[in-house]
Amino acid sequence: VHIFSQSHLCLVMYQVLKEAVCGLIAVSWLASRPIRIKQARNLSSSSPVVSDSARFSHWTLIESCPAKDSWQAVGIGGRNRIAMSGPSSGCGFLMSVVVHGDLALNEQEKELNQRLKRLYPAVNEQETPLPRSWSPKDKFSYIGLSQNNLRVHYKGHGKTPKDAASVRATHPIPAACGVYYFEVKIISKGRDGYMGIGLSAQGVNMNRLPGWDKHSYGYHGDDGHSFCSSGTGQPYGPTFTTGDVIGCCVNLINNTCFYTKNGHSLGIAFTDLPPNLYPTVGLQTPGEVVDANFGQHPFVFDIEDYMREWRTKIQAQIDRFPIGEREGEWQAMIQKMVASYLVHHSYCATAEAFAKSTDQAVHEELASIKNRQKIQKLVLSGRMGEAIETTQQLYPSLLERNQDLLFMLKVRQFIEMVNGTDSEVRCLGGRSPKSQDCYPGSPRLFNSPVHKASSSQTYQTGTAEVEMELDHFSNGVSESSSNGFLNGSSTHGIDLEECDGDMGEIIIWRQLCGGSQAAIERMIQFGRELQSMSEHLRRERGKNSANKKMLKDAFSLLAYSDPWSSPVGYQLDSIQREPVCSTLNSAILETHNLPKQPPLALSVGQAAQCLSLMARTGSGSCAFASVDDYLH
Amino acid sequence: MMVCTLMEVTATSRHYVDRLFDPDPQNVLQGVIDMKNAVIGNNRQKANLIVLGAVPRLLYLLQQSSSSLELRTECAVVLGSLAMGTENNIKSLVDCHIIPALLQGLLCSDLIFIEACLRCLRTVFISPVTPVQLLYTDPTVIPHLMSLLSRSQHTQEYITQIFAHCCKTPEHQTVLFNHGAIQNIAPLLISPSFKVRMQALKCFSVLAYENAQVSMTLVNVLVDGEQLSQVFVRMMQRDKPIEMQLTAAKCLTYMCRAGAIRTDDNCIVLKTLPCLVRMCSKERLLEERVEGAETLAYLMEPDIELQRIASVTDHLVSMLADYFKYPSSVSAITDIKRLDHDLKHAHELRQAAFKLYASLGSNDEDIRKKITETENMMDRIVSGLSESSIKVRLAAVRCLHSLSRSVQQLRTSFHDHAVWKPLMKLLQNAPDEVLVMASSTLCNLLLEFSPSKEPILESGVIELLCSLTQSDSPALRVNGIWALMNMAFQADQKVKVEIVRALGTEQLFRLLSDPDTNVLMKTLGLLRNLLSTRPHIDQVMSSHGKQIMQAVTLILEGEHSIEVKEQTLCILANIADGNTAKELIMTNDDMLQKIKYYMGHSNVKLQLAATFCISNLIWNEEDGSQERQDKLRDMGFVDILHKLTQASDPNLCDRAKTAMQQYLA
Repeated sequence: VHIFSQSHLCLVMYQVLKEAVCGLIAVSWLASRPIRIKQARNLSSSSPVVSDSARFSHWTLIESCPAKDSWQAVGIGGRNRIAMSGPSSGCGFLMSVVVHGDLALNEQEKELNQRLKRLYPAVNEQETPLPRSWSPKDKFSYIGLSQNNLRVHYKGHGKTPKDAASVRATHPIPAACGVYYFEVKIISKGRDGYMGIGLSAQGVNMNRLPGWDKHSYGYHGDDGHSFCSSGTGQPYGPTFTTGDVIGCCVNLINNTCFYTKNGHSLGIAFTDLPPNLYPTVGLQTPGEVVDANFGQHPFVFDIEDYMREWRTKIQAQIDRFPIGEREGEWQAMIQKMVASYLVHHSYCATAEAFAKSTDQAVHEELASIKNRQKIQKLVLSGRMGEAIETTQQLYPSLLERNQDLLFMLKVRQFIEMVNGTDSEVRCLGGRSPKSQDCYPGSPRLFNSPVHKASSSQTYQTGTAEVEMELDHFSNGVSESSSNGFLNGSSTHGIDLEECDGDMGEIIIWRQLCGGSQAAIERMIQFGRELQSMSEHLRRERGKNSANKKMLKDAFSLLAYSDPWSSPVGYQLDSIQREPVCSTLNSAILETHNLPKQPPLALSVGQAAQCLSLMARTGSGSCAFASVDDYLH
Repeated sequence: MMVCTLMEVTATSRHYVDRLFDPDPQNVLQGVIDMKNAVIGNNRQKANLIVLGAVPRLLYLLQQSSSSLELRTECAVVLGSLAMGTENNIKSLVDCHIIPALLQGLLCSDLIFIEACLRCLRTVFISPVTPVQLLYTDPTVIPHLMSLLSRSQHTQEYITQIFAHCCKTPEHQTVLFNHGAIQNIAPLLISPSFKVRMQALKCFSVLAYENAQVSMTLVNVLVDGEQLSQVFVRMMQRDKPIEMQLTAAKCLTYMCRAGAIRTDDNCIVLKTLPCLVRMCSKERLLEERVEGAETLAYLMEPDIELQRIASVTDHLVSMLADYFKYPSSVSAITDIKRLDHDLKHAHELRQAAFKLYASLGSNDEDIRKKITETENMMDRIVSGLSESSIKVRLAAVRCLHSLSRSVQQLRTSFHDHAVWKPLMKLLQNAPDEVLVMASSTLCNLLLEFSPSKEPILESGVIELLCSLTQSDSPALRVNGIWALMNMAFQADQKVKVEIVRALGTEQLFRLLSDPDTNVLMKTLGLLRNLLSTRPHIDQVMSSHGKQIMQAVTLILEGEHSIEVKEQTLCILANIADGNTAKELIMTNDDMLQKIKYYMGHSNVKLQLAATFCISNLIWNEEDGSQERQDKLRDMGFVDILHKLTQASDPNLCDRAKTAMQQYLA
């Protein structure tokens, strides 16, 4: 009944996540109420509370990762993924393939890479490359390859079945595809049209047509039969010949395979397929020629539609995953996770309000949370000098004991100096301190769930609808939005538009160190100090390539007249403050014997790990259960 | 005890009704609100209130302009609740004239009140007990509903749902179409609300069904810059709810059948057809499988290419075999509820499968073979022919009819399974619809090469077929006479005599003046088959010669198509081949003049048939050929024949030469 029982663990993790995130959104709305009241009571000095709730909502609505670097630590990009969207996992590897060749070929490769990325986003090609062509090594001698190893022709005698010959693709089909598909066009049926299209495991005899041997599966053109590891075929589909396009689809979730002919699905051919099969074709008589399409061209069959169906199936399965009798515990666990998350990131007012409304104890003193909050705010607004100072004051031995951390903070300080945001250069420059408090990520902060919830409330009041008897639809149709009509799903788009207007004012001026000569001098001096600190560190603790690279990258900023638009300019982006902030926060928490990462981030990381484990153990459903989908 | 509780309930219900008559409007309002809370989900309470006469009072309050808007709205809400009870509730409401009252209410400007009225109307109209005609009695209603479509998502949902349920006839389609249904509803297909999208889609499926005008308009509609057919295609994506996929596929099917979309269009071949095949799969609900199969059968009925594609898509032919496995043996033992559900759908499933098989096999011999080779297929048809459900019997005989177009199947599986037996049984006292199909199938079974012909003859089929020729339905008359024609082809003298006897000359001549050309053609065909081989010709002509010659004259003089006249001339040629029958022509100068006329006709077919006739008359080896040759020469036939030897048509030329040779010999 359960197709992928082995992946239950993952599903459990998902449930946690899903609920947690839903919970967070709901809770943020709840929590916003006490905050607003508070704000109203002391209008004059409420700024920390306001920014606190704002940052919190910022997280829930943007759906970026809260614990920026901690996510990275467990292997998923999170916010960084957005920031560096270009060279993510497989792409860099793919690019290296496309070095030579003419322009047209390059175009084709590009299209191929794009299509493969779109079809199989869950595949990590560094671990499991996708088939892109036939293998010139893994074939019988009667097979000839041409046209970038995509065209296969027969060059044997073709007298008896003993003259059959096959070729496999360069790589087996990765399980993380979920659903894999390739097509073969019959260019010529040759003398007798004994073409076989299918799959085989590594090591299966190539002097045969696919389907004849163990771990080999094929659909043959002459009789339309399917061959499931057997010399005798079963009636399966129509025959095929010159001009036909035959597709082969492997479903790695239920381990079945079906074929298509000219874009029409012919129905299941094989079940209980083993893992790690290679696309395979076999030919048997002279003149037979076939072309493969592993994604180089659009497919005749609408495979993406089929994938959509399976994505929906898997997601429905996750949605319906039973929590069982422990529902009460479940609720408590989720609340705990949310609370610990809030505390970890020192959203203290929200954490307090949340703890209160859910009857929980907070395991850290409020003062301590506030201290961390203060430091984080400084880091996130680019005031590194002050941040370091405050840390040294509040946690005297922390940075002394952790020189690498100090070094990292100082490098960041240097970058902020270049940026013109660090406190030391800012007082030398001429910027209005007010606008500096607002770091560039924050415009979105106006897009708060408070806003959203209240708008949906007004939508409701005054309608008699709520009081009426519920509709009795026999078919049980529900709104596409899982929240039903209460949370008017259309509001989301409007909110995003609203916040766009604020984006303009972020980057007003871009001058080195804010344009002040004194500040530049201070920055250069600080750079020298940093250099000597680096040398000092190396002498005392040996080489540290991470530190070296960090410093080199930071200094590289000075090599450009406009550092912001230089190749190393990304460092100046305020998003880069987030990992620094998070590392510092974790270090502080560790000194208090508190976990380095909040359990929520851990569970997100664990879910991601489970997915890659599923990919490695051949559970295809991992393809349609991206963690990101559940953070939206 | 029971009586006691019942009385209590009635007493409280009475209290609710009484409060509706309170002199203080505020109390009345509170009373209605309390009533609303009391009836929610309580069918007995609803029935009680209706019995106690709450409905007329609520309607009165709803219609009074002196009532506050709030009160009127609450009344509409309560009525909406009452309508959600049993069918009896709906009947009572309709009897109290709730529909005109609520429609009147729609003229109010207050949106909330309008929504409450529409909601109640929707519930009433979607009930099978409400006559849909009530929506159309007042001609101002439809345009007003159209104008309300822009008011809110709720008005959109309710109004489209009402339309979707109340559009049952071509007249309804036309009314809605003329009031701009398409322009008004099309934008709703991209509404943010799923319910609105779904109901709008359903509207289009009922509007387009067998309606060329609507379908032709639909193809040119743009929704947000996109063609409507593409919007439907998107709604068939596999991650969309099944109901949406299925309804979108129906829309495209109807548009295609109405000629608005070509059958080779990608949206049909690559999208609609595969979508409908998926609807037939085991994963779908039984209702969906029925609808899917029926729609697919309808889609591909006229197109052999679609039939061929469907026959290889997703193992459709064997997938359909599963339709016959309900109720399954498992469900009978384990689960009463499931058994009940299965039983309810079993007939529907079987008839849908038969229909789809019929459609699949209507043209292609290979597909027919594939169908008959499906597990127990012929047995299933045979038992389907005698099922209690008319729908199943009809579908089964349609399927059989479709398969009977195959010579090979007639020779093999049809004979092996003695399908003629249940078929003959079916022909007794069946409704016309079934009779048409069954008799048409019988025609094929009576073809000369069919091994079933003999046993059918022995079962006394002639009387039955003769009675069909007297039917009021032209289709039945055609089939009856057609079957007789097939039966008479190369038949024994005994059979021919029997046919003539059973049919009676009077009926035969009545059929020769039948208004339906098909009937006439097949009757002529029957005559031609009766009048073949010389002894048969002479025998038939000796007893019925006079009438036949009269009939032939009549047809040749009348306004008939070339085909009819050709067939008649062929009969004449057959008569001319008889030994004694010849004289009936030779002594009829008028007839000879007619033959002469047709030999010079502009149509080659008629010339050929007439020449054939003359050729038979002047054939050398027979008694009296010399006299006949002389007479015909005197009448100028030789000159005509001579001319015809120069004809451009090789057949006619040959025929004329052969005839000329008779003179030379």
